[in-house]
Amino acid sequence: MIRYAIKRLLLAIPTLFVMLTAIFVLVRLVPGDAAAVILGDQASEASLRALRTTLGLDQPVYMQYLSFIGDVLTGDLGRSLSSGRSVGQEVLLVLPYTIELTLAAIVIGVALGLPLGIATAVRRNGWVDYAGRLISLVGLSFPAFVSGILLLIVFAIQLGWFPVLNSGSSGDPIERLRNLALPAFNLGIIMMAYVVRVTRSSMLGVLGEDYIRTARAKGVRPGRLVIRHALRNGLIPIITVVGLYFGTLIGNSVLTEIIFNRPGLGKLILGALNARDYTLLQGLMIIFAICVIAVNTLTDLAYGLVDPRVKYK
Amino acid sequence: MQQNQETALDIRGLRTEFKVGGRWYPAVRDLSLDVAENETLAIVGESGSGKSVTALSILRLLPQAGARIGAGEVLFEGRDLTKLSEREMSSVRGNSIAMIFQEPMTSLNPTMTVGEQIAEAITIHRGASQADAMAEALRLLKEVKIPSADSRLHDYPHQFSGGMRQRVMIAMALACRPKVLLADEPTTALDVTIQAQVLMQLDELKEAYGMSVVFITHNLGVVAQIADRVAVMYAGEVVELATVDALFANPAHPYTVALLRTMPRADRATESLEPIPGSVPPVTAMPEGCAYASRCPLKQPSCEDKRPELLPFDGPGHQVRCPVRLEQTRG
Ligand SMILES: Nc1ncnc2c1ncn2[C@@H]1O[C@H](COP(=O)(O)OP(=O)(O)OP(=O)(O)O)[C@@H](O)[C@H]1O
Ligand SMILES: [Mg+2]
Repeated sequence: MIRYAIKRLLLAIPTLFVMLTAIFVLVRLVPGDAAAVILGDQASEASLRALRTTLGLDQPVYMQYLSFIGDVLTGDLGRSLSSGRSVGQEVLLVLPYTIELTLAAIVIGVALGLPLGIATAVRRNGWVDYAGRLISLVGLSFPAFVSGILLLIVFAIQLGWFPVLNSGSSGDPIERLRNLALPAFNLGIIMMAYVVRVTRSSMLGVLGEDYIRTARAKGVRPGRLVIRHALRNGLIPIITVVGLYFGTLIGNSVLTEIIFNRPGLGKLILGALNARDYTLLQGLMIIFAICVIAVNTLTDLAYGLVDPRVKYK
Repeated sequence: MQQNQETALDIRGLRTEFKVGGRWYPAVRDLSLDVAENETLAIVGESGSGKSVTALSILRLLPQAGARIGAGEVLFEGRDLTKLSEREMSSVRGNSIAMIFQEPMTSLNPTMTVGEQIAEAITIHRGASQADAMAEALRLLKEVKIPSADSRLHDYPHQFSGGMRQRVMIAMALACRPKVLLADEPTTALDVTIQAQVLMQLDELKEAYGMSVVFITHNLGVVAQIADRVAVMYAGEVVELATVDALFANPAHPYTVALLRTMPRADRATESLEPIPGSVPPVTAMPEGCAYASRCPLKQPSCEDKRPELLPFDGPGHQVRCPVRLEQTRG
């Protein structure tokens, strides 16, 4: 297992380089002069030149690339053009909110989706199955902003159980949870819908396997049969979906943060776009890339934990 | 030899049905068989003749939807297994009746070590601690002659060859010292030398554990090697029942005769093996009369009218479901 883990971690390094290079090229592909885009048409030649020097745009491309990689590796993502603070600082300030939201959504999605998915598979074609499939279909067909607004109208405005305007930043843990509840639920339903689907199909496949019959022939009772024998074997596709969906989740969390007016990467991105804050955007892209690579690596590690055969491939 | 022994398992009038296109069709019909203590009963027949369905019916391991036991009893230790609750049934499974399956490659759980899988039945049925159960699992692995068992105990199934996995399956089945072992083509997927080793081992273990064995196979060579009695199945029915010696010396049913001709033998060239023309009728299209009639060289017009009954043939305990043959021997 340790050798497998090290191999996976080493594999993440080239992936990271490819991503960084792609971001570098993408940003350089922005048509026209970046300095002019940032400063606008009215800028003087002197200030344009000054900005080009600060951004390193007057250097040859390979030098720009090397210093870009060097900066990223030393953790220097540059300075935000609008606030003047370092990009790292800007991101660290709000990152905990987004992580909190994303993790809460995953927990909700898995905690609801996994048992429901298992139940639909075990009671195939029964009413639980139809109900579960319906819930999953509804969860998948509502765009995050529609369900977000619906949740706000019902639970915040009508029932008043949760705050409408969400500061997210309260120090009081209860208050913080109340702030978190609706947006996390909003994202969690989508997660749950995916988890129900993949759990159902994965478990249906596994429950038809020969070794499940072997376990029944040993006298294993239904509860243990499903949890001990079937679930672990059905887990790989479920982990894959949770891992893959993580990327989508970050995208959806941007939307959700804006709807619920929560601090987080979502609002930071929106602000950076409005201010044409190009170093901040580049920094955010790098952070996202690192997050996605980290999640993929974790997913691979989870495969190794779940399925003994993975390690030996 | 079985007359003076107690009956271990007694199947009476078993009928197992599958739902196909909204209707129930029998895959096993009017099947009565008994197995004496310490006896090995072989069930032979071509693919699709209902051998596996019979074994699965005994332990009620058929798919929960679309399959049912339509009639009959399975008497074991004074109880009718078909009447037990699912809970009572699971305390019989793997405990007093165990089963080995055909596919060693897919019948073991890929995410549990073989030790855990062997120990599981012991913890379930004997209430043993995990440590005790694992110690017993190790003893069983040694008993089925897995080389360096101590280190293999914590290995996963994919680290074993087919023959070794089948030994693991046998160890699993023996874990609670069952009275009856149902072995559904346990050696079919293995190559010939490994097959012989596993068979020999099963035979030794049967003696050591004092079990009754129901051995399912379509290979008559295997039957000759290990069985005391043989039931020949065709299209869900027993068509002939005899001791091994009687079956090979004096096969009664035309289907048995045809099966014997498909069997490779040392005294005959392989080219003279004759496959039986035609195939087993599907469960959805069973003929009215004798199910074998369409393939039978002895067929009479009357064969297609009425389903023949299983009736005594010449030797003791020898029964056959063929009026034409019965007629011949009497006349
Ligand atoms: N789940 C099922 N649904 C419908 N029909 C089934 C099902 N399982 C078995 N059958 C049918 O029952 C009949 C007997 O099948 P069975 O598996 O007992 O044959 P078998 O004698 O064990 O053959 P083999 O040597 O191939 O294992 C076959 O015609 C098969 O198509
Ligand atoms: Mg079979």
